[in-house]
Amino acid sequence: MNSMKHARQYWYPVAMIDELQAGQQRDTQLLDTRLTLTGDDQCGLIATANEKALLVTQACDHWWVTLCDTPLPIFDLPEAQEHERRFVPCGVVHVECSPLRAVENFLDIAHFPFVHTDVLGAEPHTEVYRYDVKVDESCDEVIASNIRFFQPQAAKSAEGGIHTEYTYRVPAPMVAVLYKTCPQKPDAWDVIALFVQPLSEDSCDVWPWMALFDNESTLSELIEFQQMIFVQDRSILENQIPRRLPIDPGIEIPTKADSTSVAYRRWLKQRGAYYGALAS
Amino acid sequence: MTFTLYNYVLSGNCYKIRLLAALLDVQYGTVAVNFHPGGEHRQEPLLRLNPAGTLPIMVTSDQTLTETQAMLVWLAQHYDDSNSWWPIHDLDTLPTVIQWLGFANRLTSSIGALRQHTLLNKPADASTTRAAGIAALRELECRLAEQSIRGEQWLAGKSPTVADIACFPYTALSPDAGIENDDYPAIRSWLHSVRSLDGFITMPGIHELHQMRDPAGASAGTLRDHHG
Repeated sequence: MNSMKHARQYWYPVAMIDELQAGQQRDTQLLDTRLTLTGDDQCGLIATANEKALLVTQACDHWWVTLCDTPLPIFDLPEAQEHERRFVPCGVVHVECSPLRAVENFLDIAHFPFVHTDVLGAEPHTEVYRYDVKVDESCDEVIASNIRFFQPQAAKSAEGGIHTEYTYRVPAPMVAVLYKTCPQKPDAWDVIALFVQPLSEDSCDVWPWMALFDNESTLSELIEFQQMIFVQDRSILENQIPRRLPIDPGIEIPTKADSTSVAYRRWLKQRGAYYGALAS
Repeated sequence: MTFTLYNYVLSGNCYKIRLLAALLDVQYGTVAVNFHPGGEHRQEPLLRLNPAGTLPIMVTSDQTLTETQAMLVWLAQHYDDSNSWWPIHDLDTLPTVIQWLGFANRLTSSIGALRQHTLLNKPADASTTRAAGIAALRELECRLAEQSIRGEQWLAGKSPTVADIACFPYTALSPDAGIENDDYPAIRSWLHSVRSLDGFITMPGIHELHQMRDPAGASAGTLRDHHG
C-alpha cells in the first residue's frame, strides 16, 4: 500500500464543533487535497473535496473528516465521555513541519527543561528516568508509561514544582494523547491530546485538546497555558532538518530517553505510515 | 495594584508591556483573554473597555489605555526614575523615540498581521503584508547600521528606550511569519542587545540567550541568572 493510500484510511480534525455557523464557509487542505467546509442549518458540517461530499464525524469537540469511503474506525478516548472533566479545545496552530514530527515532539520529554523552561522542566532536573514503551497488540497503539519528570509548573492549576507522571498513547499516526498527574486531583489523570491535520507532507494544522480536572482556572487561562507550551515548540519544529521524519534507523541517532520516539517510528514503518516520513 | 493588563500570551504587543514591566521590575495583575480561538477581544465586555477591539488593554487606577506605545510611556514615566527609557529631558532624542514608536505600528500591521495568518490561520493578504514587513525590516536595518557607525547600539540616543521595546517583538518574531532575519546583521546585533538586558523575559517564539558558564566559576550553577 502506498503512503497516501494508507494515510487516507484515517480520520483527521478540520474544525472545532461550533466554529462554522450555518452557511459559513472555509477552505482548508487535507493530505494535499483542497477541502471546502460549510456549516449547515442543523449545526452540522459539510465537507467537500473536488465537489464530492466526504464522511464527517464528531469527536472531542472537533469535526473529523476522512478522504476514504471505507475508513478505519476513529480512535477511542473514553475520557471524552467523563462529564466531570472540563473539555478545552485550544484552537488551531499552523506549523510548517511534517505532521509526524509534530506528533513525535509531543511524545518527547527530554526537551522540557530547555524549551519549556521553568514550566514543564528546569535545569538541573534534566534526567529522563527509565520508562516503559510497548506496542499494545490488543489495540495496536504505541504506549509509553511510568514516565516521571520534575516539573516547576506542570499545569495551570499547579502551585510550585511537582514530580509529574506521564503516560502516552498513540492511537493513530497523527493523534497523540498524554495522561499526566492532575495537580488538583492526585488520584486522577489530566488528558491532553494533539490532533494533527496533515495539509501536506511537510505542513500541518494542529488542534490541541484537553480534558482536565480544574475548577479554578478560567477557560482563557487554560487555553493560554496550552498555546504557550505549543508555540514554544513551533519554531523548533519548523527548523528541524530533514523536514520529513526519518523513519529508518541510522539517519538520526536516538538515546535511551528517545524510546517512545523509536517505538513510534518503528510502529509507523511496520504499518506503512510513510506520509510525512523520510524513508530510504 | 499598579495596573491590570488584559493579556494574550502569543501577542507581540502584549509582550511589549510584559517585557518593559519586567525590565523595570514592576509587579502587575493580568487577565487572560481568549484571543484565539475565542475572539473575546472583539466581544462584550472587552469591547466596552476598548472599542477598537485590540489587545493589550491596560487599566490603571485612573485611566484605561488601549494603545501599546502609550502604555510603554506610562510605564516608563511611572517606574523609571532615571528617565532614560522615556527621555523626557533629552529633547534631542525624544523626537527620534517618538518616530520609532510610530514605526512600531508598521511592524505590527505587516509582520504582526502576517504572523497571525501563518500561526493561527487568521485572514491576511500574505503577499502584501510580507512585502511591507520586508520593507520595514530594511528600514530598521538601515537605522541600526547608521547607529552602529556612530557607535550606538540602540534606536535612539545612547541607551535603550521605549522605542527599542516597541520595535523588538515583531522584529524578533518575523521567522514565525516566514520572514527570516538572518540577512539583517545590524538587526541581529540589536536583537542580541535587547535579549541581553538585565531582567529580560521571553515569550513563545523568542528565546533567551544561551549563557556561558563563568570560566572562573564565580557564577557556576546559575546559568540562567537573567531569567525572570
